[in-house]
Amino acid sequence: MDRAAVIGVGITKIEANKVKETFADMVWEAVNKALEDAKMTIDDIDNVVTTSNDFWDGRTISCMAVGDASGARHKNVSCVEGDGTFGAFYGLSRVLSGSYGTTLVTAHSKGSESVSSLITNAAFDPIYDRSLGMDMISACAMQARAYMHRTGTTPEQMAMVSVKNHGNAMLNPLSQLPMNITVEDVLGSEMISDPLHKLDCSPVSDGCCAVIIANEKRASQYGSLPVWIKGVSFCSDSYFLGDRELSKAKSLTQAAKKAFSMAQISDPLSEIDVAEVYDAFTYQELMWLEAMGLCQDGKAGINLEKGYYGIKGKLPVNPSGGLLSGHPVIAGGLIRIAEIVKQLRGEAGAYQIAGAKKGVAHGVNGLCGQSHCVWILDQEK
Amino acid sequence: MTAKENLVIESKGSGQPFNYAVGMYGSKFFKELRENRKLLGTKCPKCGKVYVPPRRVCGECFVEMTEFVEVGPKGIIGTFTILRYAFIDPETGEQKPVPYGYGFIRFDGADTLFQHYISIEDESKIKIGARVEPVFSEERKGNVKDILCFKIIE
Repeated sequence: MDRAAVIGVGITKIEANKVKETFADMVWEAVNKALEDAKMTIDDIDNVVTTSNDFWDGRTISCMAVGDASGARHKNVSCVEGDGTFGAFYGLSRVLSGSYGTTLVTAHSKGSESVSSLITNAAFDPIYDRSLGMDMISACAMQARAYMHRTGTTPEQMAMVSVKNHGNAMLNPLSQLPMNITVEDVLGSEMISDPLHKLDCSPVSDGCCAVIIANEKRASQYGSLPVWIKGVSFCSDSYFLGDRELSKAKSLTQAAKKAFSMAQISDPLSEIDVAEVYDAFTYQELMWLEAMGLCQDGKAGINLEKGYYGIKGKLPVNPSGGLLSGHPVIAGGLIRIAEIVKQLRGEAGAYQIAGAKKGVAHGVNGLCGQSHCVWILDQEK
Repeated sequence: MTAKENLVIESKGSGQPFNYAVGMYGSKFFKELRENRKLLGTKCPKCGKVYVPPRRVCGECFVEMTEFVEVGPKGIIGTFTILRYAFIDPETGEQKPVPYGYGFIRFDGADTLFQHYISIEDESKIKIGARVEPVFSEERKGNVKDILCFKIIE
C-alpha cells in the first residue's frame, strides 16, 4: 500500500441530547475542529466522504443534508451508509487512487431524536424477524449468552469492562457518561435483557467526528503531526444472525489478520500499545479482543481481572472511555480512529498512554458485528 | 418561560406503506407452515448445509439452492435472552408485557438458527441446548406468527 496518513481529527462532545444542534451543526463543529487540528483550510480539502444512516437521521439521502457543513459544495462528495471506519476506508481508497491528495471524512448521528429500539428493529428481516420485535439489545443479549456459554466469561468480568471504561471516561472531557462505579453497581443496575444489565449497555448518544486523510506528499505539507496508516481491512459475515456462530466473530478475525499482516505486525499483542475497540456492550470488548488476536480465545475476562486492559495495563483498551461512555452510532468507529490518532501524537491529555507508538482502532457495522473494520496506525512512517 | 413546546408534524392516518416481497422461497415456507404445520429449509448442493428460513443463495458457497427439505419441528435452543425491559412492539405500537423470552432455535435437521419467542413458564428450564417444540397458532395466516412460540419439552 502507498503511504497515507491521518493528519487531522475533530470530535464534538458526546451528549445524550444535543437539543441546540441539528446534524449539520454538529458536522460544522467537528469539521472545523479537524481543519484547525490539521492546520488546513477547506480549500486544502480535495474531496469529501460523509457517513450517515437514513433511518437514524429520519431522512432519505441523509448524507447530502450535511454537505454544506462538510464543505462539500463544488467538491466531489460521496457517501457511506454505515460506521465511520467504513467511511474512512472509502476516504482512504480515494486518496490512494491518486485522484485526490486529501479526503475529509465525517460521520454523525443523533440517537436522541428517535426511538432506538424501533430503529434497530428495522434492521431485521421484515418477513421473518421484524414483527417479533427483536432489536439491537435483545439480539446482543443472545450473543452475550452464547459467548458466555462458550468461554465461561462471567457477569462480574463483563461488569468490570463497564467499571473500567466509565472510569476512564472521567479523564475524557468529551465523554457523555464519566462514572465512578463498582462491579456491584453494574450487577445491581436494571436487568434489560438477560444477561445484559443497563450498565452493560452503551447509552443513546448524539455526536459527530471528522477525520482528514492525506497521501504521503500532502501529509507533511500543513504542519500537523501525521499518524501513518499501516494496515486496514474489513470483512463481513452473513446477514441472518441464525446463520452465524454468534459466540465468535469470524469476520473480525479475518479483518484483523489482514490488517496486521499489511502492517507487518506478526505478534500484535507485543507490538500494539493501545486499542480502541467497538464496546457497544461490555461483553463485546472482551469478544472483539479475542477475535482480533490481541488475547487468547476465552481469556479476555481473566486478563481484565488482572488489570491488563487498564490505562496502565499491558494493553490499554478504550482509555478514552469507549462507547460505553458515549455511543453516537455511525460516528462511533471514526471516534475510535481519532482517539488512536490523539494517543499516537501524545495529545490524549489525562488518559494518554505513555510512549504509545502503534495502535489499533476498530469499527462495526450491522447487527452483532456482521462486519468489522480494523485500522493499524503508527507514529512512524 | 419554562414551558417547552415541541414542533409536531403529523401524518394523521397515513403511514409509510411498504410492500415487501416474500419471494417464492418464502411463499413456499409460509404455505407449508400455514396448511401443514411443516417447516422447510433449503439445502446447499455444495456444502450440504440446510438453511432455515429457506432462501435462494448459500452465502458460504455462492451457489443457488433449489432442494427443499423438511426440518424440525422439534429442535434445541441455540441461545436465548429474557426481556425484562418493555420495548415498543413494532407491530402494535404498544409496550409488550415483560418478561418474555427470545431464542435462536436449531430445528432438527437444520444447520442455522431460527429466531422466535420462547415460553418462559419455568425460567430454570431455559438453557442453551434445551429441547423445544413450536406451539402453532390455531388460525394460521401464512406469516411468522403462525408459530406462537417455542416451549420446552421434557
